[in-house]
Amino acid sequence: MSATAAGRDIPGIYHKAGSLRSERRWAMWTAYVSLIIAAIIFLAPPFYMLVTSFKTNAEIADYSLNPWLIRSPTFEHYAAILSNPIFIRFFINSCIVTACVVVLTMVISVLAAFALARMRFWGSQVLATGVFLTYLVPDTLLFIPLYQIVGGLGLLNSVWGLVLVYPTLTVPFCTWIMIGYFASIPKELDEAALIDGANWMQMLLKIFVPVAMPGIIAATIFAFTVSWAAFVYPTAFVTTAEQMPLTIGVVSQLVRGDTFAWGQIMAGALMAALPPVIIYAFLMDYYIAGLTAGATKG
Amino acid sequence: MAQVSLRKIVKAYEGDVQAVKGINLEIDDHEFVVLVGPSGCGKSTTLRMIAGLEEITDGEIAIGGAVVNDIPPRDRDIAMVFQNYALYPHMSVYDNMAFGLTLRKFPKAEIDKRVKEAARILDITPLLERKPKALSGGQRQRVAMGRAIVRDPKVFLFDEPLSNLDAKLRVQMRTEIKKVHQTVRTTTVYVTHDQVEAMTLADRVVVMNQGIIEQVGPPQELYHHPATKFVAGFIGSPAMNFMPARLEEASGALNVTLANGTSLPVPDSRSARYRPHVGKALLFGIRPEHLTDEKTMDKDNLAPLSLTPEVIEPMGMETLAHFRQDGAEITARLDPATPAEVGVPLRLLAHMDQMHLIDPTNDKVL
Amino acid sequence: MAADGSMAVSAPATAGNGRANSLQRFARRRSTIAFFMTLPLLVVIVGLVAYPAGYGIYLSTLNRRMTSFMEGDWLPTGLGNFEILFGSDTFWMVVWQSCIFAISAVLLKALIGFWLAHMLHHIPTKGQRKWRGMLLIPWVIPPALSTLGWWWMFDPSYSAINWVLNVFAVPAVPWLGEPWWARASVIIVNVWYGAPFFMIMYLAALKSVPDQLYEAAAIDGATGWQKLRYVTLPMMANIISITVLFSLIVTFANYDIVRVLTNGGPRDLTHVFASYAFQVGILSSNIPRGAAVSLFMFPILAVCAFFVLRGVTRRNKEQM
Repeated sequence: MSATAAGRDIPGIYHKAGSLRSERRWAMWTAYVSLIIAAIIFLAPPFYMLVTSFKTNAEIADYSLNPWLIRSPTFEHYAAILSNPIFIRFFINSCIVTACVVVLTMVISVLAAFALARMRFWGSQVLATGVFLTYLVPDTLLFIPLYQIVGGLGLLNSVWGLVLVYPTLTVPFCTWIMIGYFASIPKELDEAALIDGANWMQMLLKIFVPVAMPGIIAATIFAFTVSWAAFVYPTAFVTTAEQMPLTIGVVSQLVRGDTFAWGQIMAGALMAALPPVIIYAFLMDYYIAGLTAGATKG
Repeated sequence: MAQVSLRKIVKAYEGDVQAVKGINLEIDDHEFVVLVGPSGCGKSTTLRMIAGLEEITDGEIAIGGAVVNDIPPRDRDIAMVFQNYALYPHMSVYDNMAFGLTLRKFPKAEIDKRVKEAARILDITPLLERKPKALSGGQRQRVAMGRAIVRDPKVFLFDEPLSNLDAKLRVQMRTEIKKVHQTVRTTTVYVTHDQVEAMTLADRVVVMNQGIIEQVGPPQELYHHPATKFVAGFIGSPAMNFMPARLEEASGALNVTLANGTSLPVPDSRSARYRPHVGKALLFGIRPEHLTDEKTMDKDNLAPLSLTPEVIEPMGMETLAHFRQDGAEITARLDPATPAEVGVPLRLLAHMDQMHLIDPTNDKVL
Repeated sequence: MAADGSMAVSAPATAGNGRANSLQRFARRRSTIAFFMTLPLLVVIVGLVAYPAGYGIYLSTLNRRMTSFMEGDWLPTGLGNFEILFGSDTFWMVVWQSCIFAISAVLLKALIGFWLAHMLHHIPTKGQRKWRGMLLIPWVIPPALSTLGWWWMFDPSYSAINWVLNVFAVPAVPWLGEPWWARASVIIVNVWYGAPFFMIMYLAALKSVPDQLYEAAAIDGATGWQKLRYVTLPMMANIISITVLFSLIVTFANYDIVRVLTNGGPRDLTHVFASYAFQVGILSSNIPRGAAVSLFMFPILAVCAFFVLRGVTRRNKEQM
């Protein structure tokens, strides 16, 4: 773009070789400068949260100091938050909800994706399209009727209410990308399995699941991140602190009163954000594969 | 071990497209039968119907005397080798070969014995612990065959197993397959589009075209006595030459007269067969190897004709010369020492004992 | 799942009877198994998406009489809720605000994402992974939590951003106190959160353009700009539109950021559909009207969804 525009006016043949090299160097510079600026801006908020979480309350309240630096680091906020039983409760709730939802999602979507990808049956095409359409339905469109439905089942203010509704967030996308992964397995593989004497369940469990493992990992990561980060449903359906998962718990219970305990809020938020970040750090390639699969597969 | 019978097999797809149009075929126990034909001729569909991977629209397939139309693939006691091998990528070679037996709940010791034996036959014992990814094309091919052998099925089915290999490996694996068949003697149905593969492997070759069987027979028979124009043109490489001609009788002897007036005498042995067709416009068929120059020929019944080469292809052990005569492409196999030149008329000899006459109205060889 | 499992296992037993076990029955059984395998999915789609959608429409036609969960206390009013909403200034402000928010945020995300993807594509492959990993972090942190950090950075008295601006002698900005700045803040946070997603999608698309095309274009005499215009953009057009439309849906329906950052304030001026529906439906317990508010998102989302689906189908066809 701006870097390469220089190539348009051709000054003369002698100039060419030198200009090509300088053009390339110029492009490199633009690239690195853009990336560095982007990295600074993208990482500033989490960095600032980290800095704040290690500051003493006195330091946080001191206007005169550079807020981006720490003078006397302290673990007091982390100690406080970890000894706060309600925070531990949030954490356990999040774990219960996420674990249940991930297992449910994977069972539902792997079974359905296998049937949709391999066992052509009446309406399978329509259903596959339907799956994609439900994926496009945002949670904020249906949370009010769902609030009534969950309320009618007596599951408001309960983690089980969340386990019931979270699959609407995870199942469609996971099914969609699993259809894509399963469809990419060569057809001869199931025919070989069929001749080898496998029934449908054996074919799924012994052939498809192991072969599509990268897809299964990507879908599991997706289900995990989405259930861990879900915000609309718990905000709407859970008002008692005891049953809150981490996201809404940190936002609503740690932020209260007039004087905000910023250090503790930041420590809590960071610890709540830690599990998805750790998963991302270790399984980045699967994470990104899952992210881009939605538009490029299926 | 078993015979396989196809009786009036039809495969129709939606919209009345018939891929296989009522074929009959009896395959004997221990026999190696090759289905060959151009792509879309129905050979793969036929094989897949034997395997149970395609439903049979009409007719009956019997394996070992029992009709299997309604039996799912796993209970037909067959094994299949696929074009892309279809090895399970997450399993070791050993597990790939053992999978079918494991699913059938064979005892561990028996599975182990069979896998080791098959690995020995195929010479892949050192590869047993590897994953398919770590194998070369030829090795994968062997594993795919091993997976079939361990099952000890009634029938082996091969679906173009060599077409993913490079030319050199293909020849090597061809020999390998033949050797394995000589060892295990299992009834085999083999599908290919390559007529050389068909000729070299088969006890009997089945030539298919457009959903029907053109001819069934041992390789030599198909080569020397093709039943139809299609078979005559399909078997043999380079393909048989066809020239428009007329059968004429002059003083008791029969002659084939080409469009350019050249008259070739028909051997006496064929006179009785051809006499009813005197006066008809026919196709004169002769293979390139039977259309050659004086150097190679010291046989009876040679008929001379003169043609002007358009392209000369020296191959080393022989030279191919291409001509155009009366709208037909003609190829001749020459001795490499023959001085042939583009544009210079060449005197050729047709080996009339090897001639064919084809009725163009029904494409049957007379 | 026990049902279909046992059905499948029982097959060899009946196979001995030859004709009795027909391939047609095999196919029919396949359909039955497939049906059972998709049943849980159907339950989720029908029970938790389709039914609530229908129920939401029904709810929106009721009228609240008392604050209670009991449906019996609501009377049908037909389009009464919609009439009230149409007559309300706040509602029109929400419509307006949602559109500004979604369109400007998506546009910025798309531009920044495209630029970064392009820059990332230019640097040596060795370093790309590291940069990509770093730049995707905003997308990985649950937005409700990272927005807390932004909220703290926007704090009126302790704003760390204002501190930086002061260093460059720029006067302090009333981030969340003044309506237009509050709107801008919401957009900034959304762009910060969403731009990495665009970057990743575009980078994947850039990588899928074969190098030979660029080489052919270079030999044909294309400049860098022309390569972008005539090779890159047409090759990426589909994925760009899919990503933009998809993001439009998600951004339009966003709730987390508004809730944490401004909670609709100051003076209800930063509400979007989702937060307003929440306010009306859950917090003020007027379920029917809240349902009516969120239903307003539907037509816009449906149009986007239609085009996304078309783009995806077209892309799949291209790849075949």
